[in-house]
Amino acid sequence: METQLTLLFFVLVLSIFLGFELISKVPSTLHTPLMSGANAISGITLVGALLASGSGYVSQPLTVLLGTAAVTFATINVVGGYLVTNRMLSMFKKKETE
Amino acid sequence: MIFFDQFNTQIVVNLTYILASMLFILGLKMLGSPETARKGNLVSSSGMLLAVLVTLLDQSIIDFTWIIVGVCIGSLIGFIAATKVKMTGVPEMVALFNGFGGIASLLVGSAEYLSGFDQNAALLIAIYLTVLIGGVTFSGSLIAWGKLSETISGKPYLYNGQQIVNSLLLGVLLLAGLEMIFFQGMFTENQFQILFIICLLAFTLGALLVIPIGGADMPVVIALLNSFSGLAACAAGFVILNNVLIVAGALVGASGLILTNIMCKAMNRSLANVLFSGFGAVTTIGSEAKVSQGEVRPINTADAYLILEAAASVLIVPGYGMAVAQAQHSVRELGELLEANGAEVKYAIHPVAGRMPGHMNVLLAEANVSYDVLVVPEDVNPIMETVDVCMVIGANDVVNPDAKENESSPIYGMPIIETDRAKIVFVLKRSMASGFAGIQNPLFFKSNTRMLFGDAKESVSSLVAEFKS
Repeated sequence: METQLTLLFFVLVLSIFLGFELISKVPSTLHTPLMSGANAISGITLVGALLASGSGYVSQPLTVLLGTAAVTFATINVVGGYLVTNRMLSMFKKKETE
Repeated sequence: MIFFDQFNTQIVVNLTYILASMLFILGLKMLGSPETARKGNLVSSSGMLLAVLVTLLDQSIIDFTWIIVGVCIGSLIGFIAATKVKMTGVPEMVALFNGFGGIASLLVGSAEYLSGFDQNAALLIAIYLTVLIGGVTFSGSLIAWGKLSETISGKPYLYNGQQIVNSLLLGVLLLAGLEMIFFQGMFTENQFQILFIICLLAFTLGALLVIPIGGADMPVVIALLNSFSGLAACAAGFVILNNVLIVAGALVGASGLILTNIMCKAMNRSLANVLFSGFGAVTTIGSEAKVSQGEVRPINTADAYLILEAAASVLIVPGYGMAVAQAQHSVRELGELLEANGAEVKYAIHPVAGRMPGHMNVLLAEANVSYDVLVVPEDVNPIMETVDVCMVIGANDVVNPDAKENESSPIYGMPIIETDRAKIVFVLKRSMASGFAGIQNPLFFKSNTRMLFGDAKESVSSLVAEFKS
């Protein structure tokens, strides 16, 4: 348990540094798609929601209820987030040389 | 699974999570350039798909009925929202999605808490943080959504003792957290009660944090809430001890923080100042004392056309007003006509123009403006003297020369687009009312400024008509 937790903290710290490195290079033109794209990624909480939602209604009714609500919200976040980002990015065009 | 025993499945699941994390990282990296950004989004979404699919292999999932229900409803709503939303409505939608991410994490944390399996202090701390951050993100985002969609007033709302109320609330939250983690049953009878109280407090805190913030400061708030939604997912990762949640959540948390920082720098203010000072409300009082700064010189479209026709370089400075008037398509048309007329046309975009980071860029992209003519203030300010005509369309505070010249101005020190140094400045504006920050703009009174009053879209359209006739 303790080793696992330490390891997860290690992952956390490295990811934060990596995140800073990655994002500071994004030009301001792309800030909106970046934000909605990152927003879609934060829907990763769906993984936890799935586990709760699938834990069996008979034995764990409350967990399933909360989990299913979480699945719904997280899916909106994921599906909506990626789609709207894609829609925005498809509009970013360079003028073609005629 | 027939082909794997439990041990092997676990390894497959974990390796796939690592792959998904890599795809997220790669996707974010590719978002860094317009050429690869779309592919990057695809890469990131395939990472998500992988993570979800492999999770379904997990042994603890024994019933798929409810998962299917949730995924179907969520996908349908997400799909409709993303395809139907107008590009001017993107800021409020992103705000709402941030909130959904937050509430999902809160629910995951709550489900884990109430399932009542063996819970040590570390797990309880993670649950507490998940519920707290998720709750603040949710209610804060709902308020931000309300302000952006103008369901509730975008004005900063301030009351006396605001700081005291917030500190008290934080104090109570801390107490509730201590009870949840270390002293279960000290003040409350059961898990439901304490969880309910913490949720309620977190919702209140989120709402109280965002309500005082004015519409013009929304880019900062959305970026910050974006960061929070990531951190909530990250905390949920510690609840279910899952590395992909931690990696993805931390990436989003970091990205939101960087954007927040960029936005604050662009306004020359600290985050604390944005969050707690209710900028607009304070400055309106200060500006009333100011005397009128001279004469305004209006211009009509016919005269404006003659000047534009002779211009060799034109700089367009869009602001939130362009979004409100939905003028981006007319602006693009005018830009093309000017180019056909031999002028060099660029668009200068201030980082905080509009209601979210990069808002103007998206609107102009929607209108088919090539992204390589969109420039940042640092690029155009040094060559401003060479610009023949600068057209300020619905921007106000980001072109206010007071930021450079008037030390007593509340926006003094904010980096601006120095349009006042161009040969001629056209300001397209509905009336002489001051901008969101409530400050007078001396630009309107400068001798090289011409005011083109009226709706931005109508003004630009009639300029287009002049060019065509």
